[in-house]
Amino acid sequence: MNGRTFLQRWFGRGWLSLGYLFLYLPIIVLIVFSFNSSRQDMVWSGFSLRWYSELMSDTEIISGFGLSLKIAFMSATSSVILGTFAAFALTNYQRFRGRTLFSSMVSAPLVMPEVIIGLSLLLMLVSMQKVFGFPERGVLTIWLGHTLLGMAYAAVVVQSRLQEMSKSLAEAAMDLGCRAHQVFFLVTLPNITQALASAWLLTFTLSLDDVVLSAFLSGPGSTTMPLVIFSRARLGLDPRVNAIAALTILVVTIAVIAYAVMLARADRRRRKQLSAAYLED
Amino acid sequence: MTSLLQSLRKLVTLRWLTGRTAVIAVPSLFLAAAFLVPFLIVLRISLSDMDTAGSPFGGLLSYVDGIVVLKVKIANYLFIAADELYLLTYLSSLKYAAITTAICLFIGYPFAYFMARAKPSIRPVLMMLVMLPFWTSFLLRVYAWKGILANHGLLNDLLIALGVVQEPLHMMNTSFSLVVGMVYAYLPFMILPLYANLVKMDMRFLEAAADLGATPLQAFWRITVPLSKSGIIAGAMLVFIPSVGEYVIPELLGGPETLMIGRVLWDEYFTNNDWAMASSVTVLVVLLILVPMAIFNKYKTDQDAEERT
Repeated sequence: MNGRTFLQRWFGRGWLSLGYLFLYLPIIVLIVFSFNSSRQDMVWSGFSLRWYSELMSDTEIISGFGLSLKIAFMSATSSVILGTFAAFALTNYQRFRGRTLFSSMVSAPLVMPEVIIGLSLLLMLVSMQKVFGFPERGVLTIWLGHTLLGMAYAAVVVQSRLQEMSKSLAEAAMDLGCRAHQVFFLVTLPNITQALASAWLLTFTLSLDDVVLSAFLSGPGSTTMPLVIFSRARLGLDPRVNAIAALTILVVTIAVIAYAVMLARADRRRRKQLSAAYLED
Repeated sequence: MTSLLQSLRKLVTLRWLTGRTAVIAVPSLFLAAAFLVPFLIVLRISLSDMDTAGSPFGGLLSYVDGIVVLKVKIANYLFIAADELYLLTYLSSLKYAAITTAICLFIGYPFAYFMARAKPSIRPVLMMLVMLPFWTSFLLRVYAWKGILANHGLLNDLLIALGVVQEPLHMMNTSFSLVVGMVYAYLPFMILPLYANLVKMDMRFLEAAADLGATPLQAFWRITVPLSKSGIIAGAMLVFIPSVGEYVIPELLGGPETLMIGRVLWDEYFTNNDWAMASSVTVLVVLLILVPMAIFNKYKTDQDAEERT
């Protein structure tokens, strides 16, 4: 091995390590300082569970969390349904009137600043209220906004899976006499379950985390957890926020590990079935 | 009459409601109602006058003595054009977005490159590690930087302990902390498309270049970089477009003097309660963003077509 490749390899490793350090530093800091006993900035002054116990009696946060979970559940479900429809249309129908408009509308919320989506939805809702007297701003309007945003993400995830899926499976099913909806429910859907699950989780966390759309679309009495955190974070540092962060990181880590284990198991099972099928031949 | 009935029947027969139509119609209707119509309303509000009731829906069209009058109020746009503050805010949003994009490219390109050149067995792990922070709250991760960059924060403590500085550096609520936060939040959006592009690269090109006597650096500049052009464009767009309108990061990490269009928009609505003005600013931001978005969409359709062949 000559000097240059050796140097190159270590340069690469160093760059990657520093990059990962940058990505993970804030997460580590949040966890470590959630156990800090002091309230001052980020000065370490001993281990304590004080902020966790204060969090438990923080009714504003707890009710916000409940509301956020509810909205996230609703909007993840509707986002995945609508996103799957959109992804299916984009992959399977190459030609239909307004395809360009359709595909740009599906992906636009991905890049459009949330402030703009939020403001335009809000002004529409306000106009509607003037004319029809509804809807009041609250859970349903936040749900609408989150669904719009989540749908774009779900469509991307599902679309990439649909594109990987070979057309021959659906064609074979058609040849064997399946009707279109049977092909969808018996062939396509089982094949994309994993993507649907990922999309659901992604849109769920997206909704659980959203500040801007929620701020525009919430009404009195519908303050979600990110809105509570954001208003406190604007004022300064609040150690209870560190405790929330550590708890969410714990939950997410468990969920991600469980999901990975599940995937690995499913993969192993499929391989076993495959090899069994080959042995039968 | 019979033909009319027939066509009516055709309209309502189930044929119309078959899978294909429904699959396209359901998301279309939702997007029209939640995305297209709101924009049209914003456009209309930006062009109309506050009427006597104080609602910004003064009619665009009026009919007096047999004359239809189209009243379009462009005062908001003229005001924006004349007021230096808005121009400065637009420029400064573009500036911070450009700086963020450039730094993300500088950090992200080598990162994606080394990821793509790592052993195939560890690539999924490296990829997973980039995605993982996405699953924890963006808001909380941005908030954490407040603690790191504060005057008595982690970074200053470290610098003082190492003897690099004597007095804590003032980093929080400056353009520095803003850029750190933006780069931090958008870096994965640069890395992922670049990685996807670089990992697909045909290594035989590099071997050929080496055989023809190119040094690794020459091969990198003249082969790898041009081949990854579409990845660079995708990454740059994914970072640049949303960071132009970013609101949360400037609000939490930026200083009072860092002008960002998202904040101006927010204040125009929530603080000044000026709907027409907020709408006009929105229209201009959308116009500003439409250009890079068109480039991005064109790139995406090109790539989709490429993948299909």
